[in-house]
Amino acid sequence: MNIFAIMKRELKAYFYSPIAYVVFALFLLLAGYFFSMILLLSKEASMRAAMYNFVITLLFFAPLITMRLFAEERKTGTLEVLMTRPVRDIEVVLGKFFAALSLYALMLASTLVYVGVLVKYGNPDMGPIWSGYLGLFLLGACFIALGIFASTLTESQIIAAVVGFAFMLLFWVIGWLSGTLGFSTESIFTYISLSSHFDDFVRGIIDFRAVIYYLSFVVFFLFVTVKSIEVRKWK
Amino acid sequence: MIHVKNLCKKYSSFEALKDISFDVEKGEVVGFLGPNGAGKTTTMRILTGYLPMTSGKVEIDGLDVYEESLKVRSKIGYLPETTPLYMDMTVKEYVSYIAELKKISKEERKEQVKKAMNDCGVGHIKDKLIKTLSKGFKQRVGIAQALVGNPEVLILDEPTIGLDPNQIVEIRNLIKDLGKEKTVILSTHILQEVSATCNKVIIISEGKIVAIDSPENLTSRLSGGMRVDITVKGPESEIRTCLEGLDAIKEVKEAGQEGGIATLRVFAKEGQDPREVIASAVVRNGWGLKEMRREAVNLEEIFMKLTKDDKKS
Ligand SMILES: Nc1ncnc2c1ncn2[C@@H]1O[C@H](COP(=O)(O)OP(=O)(O)OP(=O)(O)O)[C@@H](O)[C@H]1O
Ligand SMILES: [Mg+2]
Repeated sequence: MNIFAIMKRELKAYFYSPIAYVVFALFLLLAGYFFSMILLLSKEASMRAAMYNFVITLLFFAPLITMRLFAEERKTGTLEVLMTRPVRDIEVVLGKFFAALSLYALMLASTLVYVGVLVKYGNPDMGPIWSGYLGLFLLGACFIALGIFASTLTESQIIAAVVGFAFMLLFWVIGWLSGTLGFSTESIFTYISLSSHFDDFVRGIIDFRAVIYYLSFVVFFLFVTVKSIEVRKWK
Repeated sequence: MIHVKNLCKKYSSFEALKDISFDVEKGEVVGFLGPNGAGKTTTMRILTGYLPMTSGKVEIDGLDVYEESLKVRSKIGYLPETTPLYMDMTVKEYVSYIAELKKISKEERKEQVKKAMNDCGVGHIKDKLIKTLSKGFKQRVGIAQALVGNPEVLILDEPTIGLDPNQIVEIRNLIKDLGKEKTVILSTHILQEVSATCNKVIIISEGKIVAIDSPENLTSRLSGGMRVDITVKGPESEIRTCLEGLDAIKEVKEAGQEGGIATLRVFAKEGQDPREVIASAVVRNGWGLKEMRREAVNLEEIFMKLTKDDKKS
C-alpha cells in the first residue's frame, strides 16, 4: 500500500530531524503551562479555557509540522524520484497528510496527562473534555490540510511555514469579520470560519454539521493540494 | 521498446525540444549526448512521466507515457540528474522504500534490495546514513535505487558526473553489464563515455537531434581520418616533405619548432593508420622520434561539424 509506505517514511523522517522533538516538547510545555495557570486561577476542574489556549499554540506549531512535507522534497529534488515511481499524486498527498496527522494525534494524546490530573484531584465533567478533544483533533486536521497545501507552493520551508500560518490564522479569525462589518451572525464568514464550529465541541456538544464541515474542509484542501502538485507539471 | 515521435516541449514561451523523434530497441544502450541546455534532462523527464510534453507522442513498451503513466512508470528505473536522495535514511532503508513504492511484494523485496545494493557495490555500507557517504557512493545508491525491482528500462541522467576516474570506469562497466538484459538510456557530455558503454548515440543540440548512429560510425565519419601529433628531433621542413610523400598521409601541418625539435600534426587519409609508417620513416632518416600521440576527436569539434552540416543542408 503506497499511502502507508509514504506515511511510514514521513513519520520516521519527523524523528530523524530534531524538529519533531522540538515541536513536541515545546507544545507539551506550553500546554502544561496554560493548563496549570488556568487551573490555579480558576480552580475549576475543566479543560475549556485550556483548550482555547491549545488552539493558539497549535496555530504556531502546525505550520512547523507541515512546512517540510513538499517544500523540502522540492528543494532536494527527491520529489522527482517520488513522482516518477508508480504512485498516484493523491497517494503522496494522503501519505504525507496522515503522517502529519499521526504526529499531531500523538501530541494531543500526550496532553491527556493533564486530564488525568483533573480526574485524580477533582471531579471533571468528562463529556465536554472528550468532545473538546474531538474538536481539537478535527481542527488540527484542517490546519494540517492547509499547511500541506502551503508547502506545495514553494521550495522554501520558511515561506511554506509563514504562508501556512497565514492561512490557518485567516480561517480561524475570518468569522470575526461578520461582527466588524456588521453582518448578521449567520453570515458566510461565520460559516467558513474554523473557530465558529469549534465552540460547540468545547461546550460538550458534538454537532454533526460541524463534524461534516471540518471533514469537508480537509477533503477540499487535500484536493487543492493534489491540483497544486499537478499544476507544477504545466509550468 | 521506446518510441518517440515529433516530441516538442515548451517552457512557457521557450522551446526546449523541437520535434524530436527516435526509437530505441529492446536491449540497446543508448547515449544521449549534448552540450549544456541541449534538452537531455527535459527529454528524460518526459520519458519518465515527470513532465508532460507540449506535443508529440512517447510510447514505452507500447504504452503511451501520458495516458498510461502509472503502468509506464512501473517499467522504468530512473536516476535524476542531481541524484536526489533522502539524506537521513540508511542505504538499505532508502532502497527498500523505493522498492516498496515500486510495489514489489514483501516476500521478494528483501532479496531484490540486496541484489540491487550488491550489484552497485553498496552492500557493505547498507547501514550507513546516506548523508555520510562520499559523492561516488551516493551516486551508486542512486543507481541501486533505479535498479531495484528489475525494471525493463533504465533511464540514467549523467550517471558518472562527479565521480573519480576509477569509479567512472566501474560505473561504466556496471552500465555495460546492465545493458545485456535491459534497455538503457543515459545522458552525458563525454564522448568517451558513449564509446565505452553505448551501442547507439543520439546527439542533441539546442533541442534538435543532429545525429543518430553507432559510436564507431560517428567517430570515424566525423573525424575524417586519424590525426597524429608527433615531436621529432631534426630539420623541420625536411621532415615535412618526407612525411607528405608517404602514401597514408593526406596533410602535414607544422605546429612549432624549438631548438631543433619540430612538432607536427599529421592528418591521415580516411581509414588509414599512419603511425607505423611515420615511425619507420623517421627512423630511416636518422631523426629522433621523441613523441607520437593520437589526437582524440573531441565533442566540441563534432558539434561544430554537425551543426555546420545542419545549416548547410
Ligand atoms: N523548468 C524549466 N523552466 C524553464 N526552462 C527550463 C526548465 N528546465 C529546463 N529549461 C531550459 O530548457 C533547456 C534544456 O534544458 P535541459 O535541462 O533539458 O538541458 P540538458 O541537456 O539536460 O543540459 P545539461 O547538460 O546542462 O544538464 C535549457 O535551455 C533550460 O534552460
Ligand atoms: Mg541535464
